Amino acid sequence: MDFITIDSRCVPLEGEKNLLSVIRKAGIDLPTFCYHSELSIYGACRMCVVEDERGRVFASCSEQPRPGMVIKTNTIKLQNYRKLIMELLLSSHCRDCTTCHKNGICTLQSLAYKLGVDAVRFTNNKEEQPLDFSSPSIVRDPNKCILCGDCVRTCAEVQGVGALDFAFRGSKMQVMPAFNKDINDTECVGCGQCRVVCPTAAITIKKDEDRVWEALNDPNTRVVAQIAPAVRIAVGDSFGIPKGENSMGKLVSALRRIGFDKVFDTSFGADLTVYEESAELVERLTKNENLPLFTSCCPGWVKFSDYKFPELKENISSCRSPQGMFSAVLKDYFKDDEKKTFVVSIMPCTAKKGEALRPENHTDGVQDTDAVITTAEAARMIRKAAIKFEELDEEAVDMPFGIASGGGVIFGVTGGVTEAVLRKICYDKDNNLSELSRIEFSGVRGLDSVKETSIMLGDREVKIAIVHGLGVASQLIEEMKAGKRHYDFVEVMACRRGCVMGGGQPVPAGPKTKKARVKGLYKVDTGSQVRTSNENPMVEVIYRDIIKGREHELLHTRH
Amino acid sequence: MAVNFSLKSREDLQKARSESKAQMVADDCRILICAGTGCLAGGSQEICDRFTELSKDVKNVSVEFGKEIAHVGVKKSGCHGFCEMGPLVRIEPMNILYIKVKPEDCQEIFEKTILRGEPVERLVYEIDGVKYEAQEDIPFYAKQTRLVLKNCGHIDAEHISEYLAVGGYSAIEKALFDMKPDEVVDVVEEANLRGRGGGGFQTGYKWRQVARQPEKIRYVVCNGDEGDPGAFMDRSIMEGDPHKMIEGMMLAAYATGAQEGYIYVRAEYPLAISRLKTAIAQAEEMQLLGDHILGTDFSFKLHINRGAGAFVCGEGSALTASIEGERGMPRTKPPRTVEQGLFGKPTVLNNVETYANVPMIVENGAAWFKSIGTEGSPGTKAFALTGSVNNTGLIEVPMGTTLREVIYDIGGGVKGGGAFKAVQIGGPSGGCLVDADLDIQLDFDSLKKRGAMIGSGGLVVMDENSCMVEVARFFMNFTQNESCGKCVPCREGTMRMLEILERMVIGEGKEEDLDMLEELGHAITDTALCGLGKSAALPVLSTLANFRDEYIAHINRKCPAGSCEKLRSYVIDADACKGCSKCARNCPVEAIDGVIKEPYQINQEKCIKCGACVDTCPFGAIHIAS
Repeated sequence: MDFITIDSRCVPLEGEKNLLSVIRKAGIDLPTFCYHSELSIYGACRMCVVEDERGRVFASCSEQPRPGMVIKTNTIKLQNYRKLIMELLLSSHCRDCTTCHKNGICTLQSLAYKLGVDAVRFTNNKEEQPLDFSSPSIVRDPNKCILCGDCVRTCAEVQGVGALDFAFRGSKMQVMPAFNKDINDTECVGCGQCRVVCPTAAITIKKDEDRVWEALNDPNTRVVAQIAPAVRIAVGDSFGIPKGENSMGKLVSALRRIGFDKVFDTSFGADLTVYEESAELVERLTKNENLPLFTSCCPGWVKFSDYKFPELKENISSCRSPQGMFSAVLKDYFKDDEKKTFVVSIMPCTAKKGEALRPENHTDGVQDTDAVITTAEAARMIRKAAIKFEELDEEAVDMPFGIASGGGVIFGVTGGVTEAVLRKICYDKDNNLSELSRIEFSGVRGLDSVKETSIMLGDREVKIAIVHGLGVASQLIEEMKAGKRHYDFVEVMACRRGCVMGGGQPVPAGPKTKKARVKGLYKVDTGSQVRTSNENPMVEVIYRDIIKGREHELLHTRH
Repeated sequence: MAVNFSLKSREDLQKARSESKAQMVADDCRILICAGTGCLAGGSQEICDRFTELSKDVKNVSVEFGKEIAHVGVKKSGCHGFCEMGPLVRIEPMNILYIKVKPEDCQEIFEKTILRGEPVERLVYEIDGVKYEAQEDIPFYAKQTRLVLKNCGHIDAEHISEYLAVGGYSAIEKALFDMKPDEVVDVVEEANLRGRGGGGFQTGYKWRQVARQPEKIRYVVCNGDEGDPGAFMDRSIMEGDPHKMIEGMMLAAYATGAQEGYIYVRAEYPLAISRLKTAIAQAEEMQLLGDHILGTDFSFKLHINRGAGAFVCGEGSALTASIEGERGMPRTKPPRTVEQGLFGKPTVLNNVETYANVPMIVENGAAWFKSIGTEGSPGTKAFALTGSVNNTGLIEVPMGTTLREVIYDIGGGVKGGGAFKAVQIGGPSGGCLVDADLDIQLDFDSLKKRGAMIGSGGLVVMDENSCMVEVARFFMNFTQNESCGKCVPCREGTMRMLEILERMVIGEGKEEDLDMLEELGHAITDTALCGLGKSAALPVLSTLANFRDEYIAHINRKCPAGSCEKLRSYVIDADACKGCSKCARNCPVEAIDGVIKEPYQINQEKCIKCGACVDTCPFGAIHIAS
């Protein structure tokens, strides 16, 4: 095996593509702003500089590891350079840390601390730029941008959207949409992945907490919460709970303490979606029209298709998303109440804020989801209320929507929707659950960017593709249009890994956190007594007592 | 004398060449009017029009601009290089060079020189009492070795036949018919031709790497994005002898198996672009560019891309990004341009002057090339000589020529007989050389040792009136404006350095600023992403090393060169002042007081150093305090 020497220690090379990975493997956490293993190498922050035997200084992120290399990572020269680069970043950065959204979770702040920057010897002469509040999902604050380009590359490379790019040169350089348009006037889909990678508060979640607080404090309003699947395995991040651990019970308890009148689980909405969407698939297959059927639960994807593939309009499922279905049902369920009902959905997703505003998700012209708050906002509300989250006892969600299947829960991870739908279809076919583990291993799980599987319906082989990340989705669709691929059902999630890594989840989330979240969600499913929506007794009840044949009105976006 | 046929074989080319030559010789007399950017700005187009007009009236002399003529050829040539003396007019076959020609001189030149063969004495170059009729005898030219620039000023750049007449396209002919592609790489490598764009990287080695790539689609790219302030070597070649560079690119393409080439030219060079377009169109028409060139299997297409005025696009990966339509930002390497350059394909990227050297090397061999210049840096180098020097212009000297020879023998010494202070070499990426460096050789390695670089070849001579702090500020301002903004050290670091230098030149510098400049300078040099960033601090570090006392003087609110406006103080010489009050009346801020017929005084607190009083004083009594 080949080795390199890092700070006098031998480190084996195991096919790492760049020196930085080898250094990090060796237990040295060199600081970076612009390095993300899932993005192209950018090499702009220069924090990961190292020195070779000859005193040559270079960035380790963009260096190929070569056997026999002798590298130092921690000389005084390098320490001084890193500190100075940090100082330079801070020299043109707003330094109001105490009033910043990212206070405490800011990479710039934490690295400044780690590198021991005790003074910034330069004054900030940068002209102040206006903030962009135009999007329902995110807020851009150019004054806090350190131009690492993470958002630009995420938007272009991972999401294939390219709503952001660089403009101007030298110290006047900025990240902005083309022609400095409002971000809402671009093809931004609101997925918030830019915010996930942003090391500072240059891109943050559009806050909707205040409206929720107001509703909570209004005695004439019944405030109802629905909690999306992926929230439960991430909300604990903010309270020191191990990564990926299910905190649903604590969250329910916390929300009640804050003042929510009823707390429900969006996984129930997902069970409804499984019913509707599997029926829709079977119907389309029978009629052999508008195939393939594309899923519609992901608002980032739906908006992306509006811009990029308007010709697929009829192929996209007419089902509302679980959030949309559940809010409509909730509004209907509480409609006879004296109090006004205010539905708050707690989502891992920034795009859901935009989805709630779309008219096709309204019933009789009334917005069903009154406010969407992200996991990160929910955590902030709990913190603000001074609730000791980690010490709370677990509580169950309210009836009559109190039971949700494991299939509904795994909606929060890529492949989950497909798996849940397949469970339903297989159950419908032969009325037993023996197929469960076969489906699990049929190719629906895992992190390949495109996953393929198929099932037999009668004598027809139904071909299925699962894709996560809009960039890959876009490529896949182009290939389908070119006739290179053929499917009957395509699940698209805008975010890589699915909702567990949605734009509204707590940050920072490194590779270990990402893995733990996926694992955590599957663990919830495995632990569920009810694995498929067919077994959920409440679904039948709701169809019978509330929906009463109004599926199209309440559960679909178009009729 | 446009050659209207297409060349399908070696014989066709040779025939075209001899016909073109015969045509050129047939001109009894040629009037070559410099149509370089400098002389055009000086009015050479009007001079050209005058000559054309004059020729029309003369019996038996038919002059039609750009078309076939009978006896007298009026030609717009490329830059002669002696820009200080422009507009220039050269008369052949007498080889007379007229300087500073005005349209009204044309009549006299035509009557005396063209019709009677007599020189116009008052328009020839004169120095130290000696008049030089022949261009070749003028010291400015006599001390140069013009190989790359050989044809510049001597042929009509807008006609391919003129290039053919002087033996053009014989190197590609030799390569295509007598050499294998590898042999072309061999000769360029053996000649040790080093990149003239600044880095001095070995061209042959670069070509060999491209030739070795498994990917078969390859590109040849020419960097004509000459961005250094004051540099115009590449522009002059593109304007004056475009075919030489095109031939060089063809040779590169043949050697490396490339099928397409791109010339990236700054948009600020409209004349170069138009000449290149003409040259490409003419070469295409003659099928010297296109498919199956001269009946061989070699095909090559050439495109022109206009840069949008970004200095950083001179950096290889930024340049290819720009051609691809992306933002011109350098990327990290590897992969290198030779592996994955333009459109992700193996790419030969050289600058204009480098390509222009190649035909000569292929034709004359590596040994010939190595006989010129120094061992480590063979060949010649073109420099743009500017600043406080008598003969500014475009020069070409063998590598290894000393700075003293360039400034004093060719440049004619410091303007106004002042004392030499420094020369800034290599533009914003370079450093400065001082008095003690006058005898160092100008070549890649010697300069590198002195903390300077040849860069693309800008030489700015400075005398005692040049403030080195201001020079550093000027270049830092340039670099900061031209930084792409990608990496932190270059984007923010150069801005912080610029802020310090801006404070210094207005007398607000502090003692600790010097340490900070050095700290920032070394950090930027070591940590920046690309060549532009890595060399951005050189002008500051180099002036700081050589002229630290001048920086300290600025901290003490003095500019020894007297050039920093805010640090000047104007004084009225009490003996010379007649008390006329004119200065006081013209002072925009009422900073001058006095009693009529008695010496006036300037209130330094109020004075805004505009210098208006100096210009208005009829007695020359006001001057800058030393």
